[in-house]
Amino acid sequence: MTDAAVKSQVIHDTPLADRHAALGARMIEFSGWRMPVQYTSILEEHRAVRERVGLFDLSHMGELLVEGPEAGPALAGAVVTDPPALAVGRAHYSMICAPDGGIIDDLIVYRLAEDRFMVVANAGNAQVVSDTLAERLEGAKAVLDDQSFATGLVAIQGPRSVEALKPLTDVDLDALRYYAIADGTVAGFPAQVARTGYTGEDGFEVFVETRRVAELWDALLGAVRAADGLPVGLGARDTLRLEAGMPLYGNELDRSTNPFDAGLGRVVKLDKPGDFVGRAALEKVAAEGAKKRLVGLTMEGRGIARHDYPVHAGERRTGVVTSGTQSPTLGVPIAMAYVAPTDGEVGTTLDVEIRDTRVPARVVPMPFYRRST
Amino acid sequence: MTAPTDLRYTRDHEWVRVDGDEATVGITQYAADQLGDIVFVELPDTGRDLDEAKPFGVVESVKAVSDLFAPVSGEVTAVNDALAADPELVNSDPYGAGWMLKLKIADAGQLDDLLDGEAYDELIAAG
Repeated sequence: MTDAAVKSQVIHDTPLADRHAALGARMIEFSGWRMPVQYTSILEEHRAVRERVGLFDLSHMGELLVEGPEAGPALAGAVVTDPPALAVGRAHYSMICAPDGGIIDDLIVYRLAEDRFMVVANAGNAQVVSDTLAERLEGAKAVLDDQSFATGLVAIQGPRSVEALKPLTDVDLDALRYYAIADGTVAGFPAQVARTGYTGEDGFEVFVETRRVAELWDALLGAVRAADGLPVGLGARDTLRLEAGMPLYGNELDRSTNPFDAGLGRVVKLDKPGDFVGRAALEKVAAEGAKKRLVGLTMEGRGIARHDYPVHAGERRTGVVTSGTQSPTLGVPIAMAYVAPTDGEVGTTLDVEIRDTRVPARVVPMPFYRRST
Repeated sequence: MTAPTDLRYTRDHEWVRVDGDEATVGITQYAADQLGDIVFVELPDTGRDLDEAKPFGVVESVKAVSDLFAPVSGEVTAVNDALAADPELVNSDPYGAGWMLKLKIADAGQLDDLLDGEAYDELIAAG
């Protein structure tokens, strides 16, 4: 067993563990962390976010600061996007890939200052992203500062998130654009407020020092409750992101998948200056086409497609379901699946194998749900 | 939470209500609570013969898929069609409107293998 494997077996408690216990949350192990999967009901929590507002503990996520005069160009060589093209105070969705183009993790990159970036990584990949970035920054005038354990992260998401957060912050929320970040205070504590999220709703992510996150949570939960909202666990976080057509690392994304497979080729900036890890492999995929295609499915027969269920096109096995659930908003079973590129046209009827029975499903456009604006 | 004393239970958290040679089957409040919001129930057709302790269907919550096991052997005489449209009845009324199917008991001796309410409560308390 490698050191990394040993390390990954340590189960961390979030700094909000006592809050979750007091709220009666059901806890599960997720990516090396004990996290709340639900407080009351996944369906109620899901609806709270779609219709009102919800509060999430995301303290398990990794926050990696990259700083120095060459931080921008060094990051551009390490990830598939072009961070130096970001204006200060803006963010974009990105990925870090292996030399063969396989996805190591999907990321949000924020430009905090001219020579300072924050990379937010998934909890389960935070260590490998930290190690890989440090390696790729070697020789550049840039340093990596892994702030994951020093940083608490709470998300407030839903149509009433502005209303709930506004009285608690000096950040001008109306001026804060989607995928932008600003410094300020929240509930009196120094914080960074970003208009990002993983739910398909308007909302914010609030970064604070770990030692402040419990008091921040208490203040935000009061505001969320006052707006008729709820604390929300990972169960509803998963159904919300699935309806919004957002990929989850470990389901839709992994080392054997490249960004083009996942329908995220537009994220890869092949026209940016300079080399980056994975460029040659990804240029080849861009030229030759992906070998699989991520599609959205709705079930036409009875049954819910789940992760790893086989997908057939007639008698031919064409792929596999990566995520599936009963959509709380749409009231029908929805799924994402990888299929052969030729079987992925919208309108195609495929079969999902559910407990030895083939149940028809239709390829539909994603996202399954889009908020009205 | 106390299991009704007029029912019998499996260690897999199904309950059985015996009326002559007919058994009504469902899942316990504990099982429904553990699963969370139930969104889908798959039941066999009437007329099918079920074998004791073998899976006969599936109950799915938003997050999880869980097999249902036959408490005793027998022929399915009725299934609760209301669960197709309202699977949440299993959460809201597991011992009543959330019943799943009725069986014609093939071997009454198998009923002796089931737990009474007190024994089932002890099983839950023991974790």
